[in-house]
Parts: sequence; C-alpha cells; structure tokens
Amino acid sequence: MSELSVNHLLGIKYINEKDIQLIFETADHFKEVINRPIKKVPSLRDITIANLFFENSTRTRLSFELAEKRLSADVVNFSAASSSVKKGETLIDTVNNILAMKVDMVVMRHPNPGAGVFLSKHIDASIVNAGDGAHEHPTQALLDSYSIREKLGDVTGKKVVIVGDILHSRVALSNIYALQLQGAEVMVCGPKTLIPKYIDSLGVKVETNLKKALEWCDVANMLRVQNERMEISYFPSTREYTQQYGVTKSLLNSLNKEIVIMHPGPINRGVEITSEVADSNQAIILDQVQNGVAIRMAVIYLLASKIK
Amino acid sequence: MSQKVLLTGKEVNIILHRLACQLIENHTHFKDTVLVGLQPRGSFVAERLKQILVKEYGIEDLKLGLLDITFFRDDFRRSSQHLEANKTTIDFVVEDKRVVFIDDVLYTGRSIRAALTAIQSFGRPAEVELLTLIDRRFSRHLPIQPNYRGRQVDAINEERVKVNWKENQGEDVVYLIK
Repeated sequence: MSELSVNHLLGIKYINEKDIQLIFETADHFKEVINRPIKKVPSLRDITIANLFFENSTRTRLSFELAEKRLSADVVNFSAASSSVKKGETLIDTVNNILAMKVDMVVMRHPNPGAGVFLSKHIDASIVNAGDGAHEHPTQALLDSYSIREKLGDVTGKKVVIVGDILHSRVALSNIYALQLQGAEVMVCGPKTLIPKYIDSLGVKVETNLKKALEWCDVANMLRVQNERMEISYFPSTREYTQQYGVTKSLLNSLNKEIVIMHPGPINRGVEITSEVADSNQAIILDQVQNGVAIRMAVIYLLASKIK
Repeated sequence: MSQKVLLTGKEVNIILHRLACQLIENHTHFKDTVLVGLQPRGSFVAERLKQILVKEYGIEDLKLGLLDITFFRDDFRRSSQHLEANKTTIDFVVEDKRVVFIDDVLYTGRSIRAALTAIQSFGRPAEVELLTLIDRRFSRHLPIQPNYRGRQVDAINEERVKVNWKENQGEDVVYLIK
C-alpha cells in the first residue's frame, strides 16, 4: 500500500486524487471490519488522539470517536464549552497543554477558517480538520464521494449539484475540491445571496433554478441553511426558501430520471428536504453516516502509519 | 541473487493431495469444520485444497473463508514497508467451529499470531489448527507450529521462500531465493 502524500488532513485542497483513492480502498476494508460481530482492530493501540471541538458537533464528533475507538486508539475529548478557552487561553496554549500529555494526533473542529493550517505550523502532532469555519470539512467530502462511488459505482463523469447555503458551507467547498479531483462535474444551486461572489474561480456551474439543476444532475447534495453563521437576512423567509429550494417527492417524480439524494446532516425536515424525500429509497443519508465511520478510520489509520 | 527450485509443480500437486487426505483423516465430513485461507498468499493454497476436497473426494458444503490480518499485525508503524490490506470474506460464523488456518509459508509465526486474534472478531472457535505448504523451521519468533505441513525447509534468514501459483504467476513452483 502506498502512503498519503500529507502528514495532516487539513483540507481536500492539500491532497491529490491518489490520496483519495487510497483512503477509499482502505475504507472498503474498514467497512467490512465494522460489519463484523466484533467491530474492532488493534492497529492503533499505542496511539493517543485528542478530539478538540471548539464548535458544537454531534454526528462528526461521535463518528470520529467511534472510528478512533474501533482502531483501539486511546481517546481524550475536549469541548470548548467546558474548558479553559472560556478563561482566555489561546489555541496554541490549549493544544500544547494537551500535547504535553503525549497525544499523537489531534482532530479539531474550530469556528475560524484556517485554524488547522495555523496549528500544523506550531505543533508536531498529526492534525485532522473536522471542520474549520466556512472553509473545509474534508472527511465529510470524502464520505460523500465514497457514498456516491458506492451507490453509482464511480464518481468520475458524474454530475453532482450542491443545493442550498453554499456561502457558509465548508461541506460545499470540500465537496467541490474532492469531486473535481475525481473528474465529476459540479454545479451549485441556491439563492444568489447564498452563492459566493467568486464561485466561478472554482470552475463550477451555477444555477438558481432548482428544477433545472435537478434535471441536470445524477446526485443532489442538499445543504442546511446555516442560520447560526448569518448576521444578516439572505432571503425573505424560510417559507419562501422552501418553496424555491426545498426538494419534495412531487418535484423528484416530475424529473425524467431517478437521482440520488444526499444530505450531510443535520436535516431541517420540511425546509431543504421533506421527510418523504429524506426517508425515501433515493436518499442515501444514513449510508453516508455509516460510511463516515469507515472513512474516518481510513484517514486516521493512514495518518497514524506516518507517525514514527 | 540465485534461486533454487524447492518444489516442482508435480511435487506441489502431490503434497496438496496428501494434505487434503490428512485433513479428511481428522475432519471426516467437515460438518463442523471451516477452512480459512490467510490473505493474501494463503488464499491460493486454500482454494486449491478446496478444489481437491470437493472435486476429488466429494466433500459437500465445504466452507472456505479468506481472512486478512493487516490490521492485527504487530509491526504497524514499526516496519519500513507499507502494509497492504486485502479483502476478508468470511460469510459464516466460526463460533464453536473447528477452524483450519491455511497459509503458504510459515516463517516467524507472527502472521499466525495476528490471525489468532483476527479470527476472534467472528466468534470463538472450538479449536484452531494450522496447515502450511512450507514450514521454515528454526525461524520462529513465537511458539507456533503447524498441524499439517507440506514440506519442511531449513533456510537462513537472508534467504526467501517464494511460492508461485498458476493463478498469479503462470506455474506452480516453490523457489528458495538466496
């Protein structure tokens, strides 16, 4: 097995197509492992991992923790809400204190874009970015592509539309990088106010009409409107947003093909996607969650193999 | 680098038949027995033995699985080589079964140690036996010995035993490479 070209996973921007394929092939093996009666391997029994969550998370934190534990790593958890960060400690001081306890790897979610890159320049431990502000969320993009590969056989040549709040979404940016590296065509769709001004520089198509976007695509990745990152109003009302950009069963039925529906969660049922669609056979939302553990096991395993 | 033929294709075939007969002696109808080939190279020996047992000796419902031990090895991060994982296909329960591990070369015994741990993920076997085509004696790091051995070889550590199969190299032959 070859190795990753990087010592940290800070974003999809910093890895290449071969890295992605290596992660997927390794995740295939771990997916088999997590379906065994005993879902654990002893590979990382001498590795300690700190999960540093400076921002709220349920799914990602659980998924990382489960992945680490299934690899037999020792895990310490930290959440900013109950820490000395509230007392004014800097990021480097917080992390260095944790590293002084002999931690080998850091999984970090942080509200500031670039927090992972910044940290990687100051500490020796391997870093996995679990989301940095509106910048990147690499493991989510990897599990999204992995789920497309699993459902449709390949990512290359597929047409993927990312719908919703592109402006505030780290999932969107990481997905765009990952899908393009694998040769997929990418479109973003949403109200003009929620599409970044310089989106053209990423080489993606832009569409403001949801029906046209869905007619074009093989896969629609529905994003949540991130109200918590909005300081101003980007659309008149949630009701109007839903009317324009909510996916309903009747809309899907009106298309001349069956498309795959994805959602990184958490879902706002009845806003960007109806319950009927979220629970339908076209949706692979829970597959994404299961694949998330296998992908994170693969990323952690491959990065840990580079720790000497 | 020079290489010497340890076993020709004909000899490999004779040995496989003998090993198959020894398995039948101990397991008769294989009712509670499962064969587990250790990936990657044990899978070839296991598949061949299965063919012989089923086609030539009429054993029915013989269960064969393939077990990958990459994530159970004790040299993760300690070896300069990158470990390459292979597929595990065990679609049966090993709980209370008589498991026969099958591998091509028994050398240090560390792979078998890893396999003993890995198989526990699929249940608690009633017993575990080991069948190996080549047994490199005097090279063991652990107290592990085969129950069924094809050929015992005295090889020093600098030497390498290479088993080629028709399926991947075009012919059945075992080399000692110096």
